[in-house]
Amino acid sequence: MSILLFVIPLALVLGGIGLAAFIWSLRDGQYDDLEGAARRILLEDENEKS
Amino acid sequence: MYGQTVSSQQDHSSQLEQGGAPDDTVRSYIMAIGPRRYELHLTIPDIHCAGCIQKIEGALRYHEGVEFARLNFSTRRLLLRWTGDKIFGRQAIEILHRLGYAPRPYDPQSLIDADKAAQRQLLTAIGVAGFAAGNIMLLSTALWTTDAQTMGGAMRDFMHWVSALIAVPCIAFAGQTFFRSALDALRARRTNMDVPIAVGLILTTGMSLFELLTHGEHAYFDSAIMLLFFLLVGRYLDLRARASARSAARELLSVMTGTVTIIRGKEQRTILARELAPHDIVLCAMGERVAGDSIVIAGHGNIDNSLVTGESLPVSVDVGDTLLAGALNIGGPLTLRTITAPGDSQVAEMVRLIETAEQSQARYIRLADRIARLYTPFVHAMAFLACAGWTLFGHAPWQDALLIATTVLIITCPCALALAVPVVQVLAVGALMKRGIMVRGGDVLEKMAEIDTVIFDKTGTLTAGRPVLCHADAIAPATGAQAAALAQHSRHPLCRALAQAYPAAGSVKDVVEYPGMGLTGTIDGQPARLGHPSWVLGHAVTDAGGMEMAFIIGKQTPVKFAFHDELRADAPDVVAALRVRGLAVMIFSGDNTPAVQSVAAQLGITTFRSQMSPAEKCDALKRLQDQGHRVLMVGDGINDAPVLSAAYASLSPASGMAIACNAAGSVFNGDRLAPVLTILDTAKAAQKLVWQNLAMTALYNMVAIPVAFGGLVTPMIAAIAMSASSLSVTLNAFRLRGIK
Repeated sequence: MSILLFVIPLALVLGGIGLAAFIWSLRDGQYDDLEGAARRILLEDENEKS
Repeated sequence: MYGQTVSSQQDHSSQLEQGGAPDDTVRSYIMAIGPRRYELHLTIPDIHCAGCIQKIEGALRYHEGVEFARLNFSTRRLLLRWTGDKIFGRQAIEILHRLGYAPRPYDPQSLIDADKAAQRQLLTAIGVAGFAAGNIMLLSTALWTTDAQTMGGAMRDFMHWVSALIAVPCIAFAGQTFFRSALDALRARRTNMDVPIAVGLILTTGMSLFELLTHGEHAYFDSAIMLLFFLLVGRYLDLRARASARSAARELLSVMTGTVTIIRGKEQRTILARELAPHDIVLCAMGERVAGDSIVIAGHGNIDNSLVTGESLPVSVDVGDTLLAGALNIGGPLTLRTITAPGDSQVAEMVRLIETAEQSQARYIRLADRIARLYTPFVHAMAFLACAGWTLFGHAPWQDALLIATTVLIITCPCALALAVPVVQVLAVGALMKRGIMVRGGDVLEKMAEIDTVIFDKTGTLTAGRPVLCHADAIAPATGAQAAALAQHSRHPLCRALAQAYPAAGSVKDVVEYPGMGLTGTIDGQPARLGHPSWVLGHAVTDAGGMEMAFIIGKQTPVKFAFHDELRADAPDVVAALRVRGLAVMIFSGDNTPAVQSVAAQLGITTFRSQMSPAEKCDALKRLQDQGHRVLMVGDGINDAPVLSAAYASLSPASGMAIACNAAGSVFNGDRLAPVLTILDTAKAAQKLVWQNLAMTALYNMVAIPVAFGGLVTPMIAAIAMSASSLSVTLNAFRLRGIK
């Protein structure tokens, strides 16, 4: 069962990466406008005038 | 003498379209965030699809100097940042008007920014708790499915250790919301929902650590973290169901700030509006608002009283007439003598009424909190009983008794209770939002379910708020078309209605508008006059309440156009349906008696009051509520704001004044009255589900507590019980769609 000494920390690290990604997306404001995000996929990109 | 060419009317006419918001108001919302860099926050309630995002952002983003123009669809707010001139803010609003939207500026500080920060913090806590719960569950499954003999004591302890290492920091971090709230309550010598939660969490974690250190069989880290996870989800849903709160009183006050020009001695001075004193002589130019109740001593023209009475038809004033604070001068310059200082004006009185009402609203206790008050002592008592019982009657060692007491606390976990109410309310609020009804929060829904009386305002609520031409068939279409051609050149509400009634035909030249009187022009070579009957015909004419216009062209007989404020299309059906549901329906209006009487007759409403001032409306409401009635107030004007704040539940059409929308607990879009029924029915359906959920929670506890008392609860059973109860409550909430 010594494999557990490797596998459990690995699981924790992978989970931690997921958590970090979630917190980053939260800080980035990606959850502020869920409805708008849903609608924006229907918009076509226009040529961005600078 | 007072003729003004048409183009100069455009400025104030767009103000009328904006609901009377003068330039000062918009300017005061524009914030400077750097040298020549400005920021403006707008709320645009009538957005409804992806196309709106494209239209609005597309129109603004590519303007020169615009740094940032992004529409938040969920909150219906636009944030605009630009470099250049401050005036672009108003231009941006004009652009949006032309696209067909009705943006309103707002002060982002007055909205609860704390809400957004709290949401973020909760989401982070949910993320952490979810991560911890998932990983601990990995280990727990192993622990649940075997026992120490198969696994070996060392392995079991190892798993417990890892669980502890994950659980303790995560609980400490994610549980902050509950610990802080519980601490605050205890310091104030009260208990709230969070006290048993905090006690439960701490006790469970502590007890598990104790088990860990004494090589015990069962550790409950997974229960603790799962409990925390579900509770956080419930808390987050509760927050999501709430729209941000604004103080209606403050918004009303903001309209009254600014400066006024006074004449003291021989010289003109500019002072702050609030420094105005009685007997001061004020010069009120076109586009300015009257700051204190005053009397006209020179000049004549038109004023817009919509801020005070809700009626947007211009009223003509002459020397000797009284103007109330808040009136907007839309005619020629006036000289006024102040009667009451702004602080004593009727508007200020309304602000005070609203503030009082808002304070009393804060005393309403939500259903979930009321239940928590019963639940908390009950649970603690149960745990104590378990501990005492086992020690005294079961002759168990104190560690075991404490263990059993803790399992009682865990199993009666309030997570189902914490989810029972918000999960239903969030779904209900979301469903209503999709149908164009914005609800301020879950407590509004709770109150709506208990309503037994509905009071309507008349203008703008039961009626569309716009004049409509009546008896159009009595008028020759050709004449009507000519009149419409002339009417197109004015923004007067009656002219707009006329222009909509006929397709304009005929070439019109030399148009001159006389504010408050009418228009003259040349149509197809013939001189024409359109406007107030007395002015057009040259002699006094009995006036049916200002809703008539006369039209003369060339030598033909003059034609009269009559208008009325049309009821909303489904108003009679809605009122009938309300009565079918057993609700009493009334009208409280500030308008004159014949108008209110006719509307009441059309709708079959027997109880109606007319010519009510805001204070009178509040008194009548108070009398009803003192009798024990639960009143829903539906109104749209400034003069409805105090009643909207004071009523048990309130609803306002989005087309109404911004202050009414802020004062109301809910706002509905569109020009139909059906949303009143929708919100009442949804609230009733939601309340039914809430009671079902609470019943399920009670049932679950009734089963679980004896099991816990018997010492039969293991971590696995606790986990299953917790998840099962939370899931069942959530799934039941989804039945909301079926019930309606």
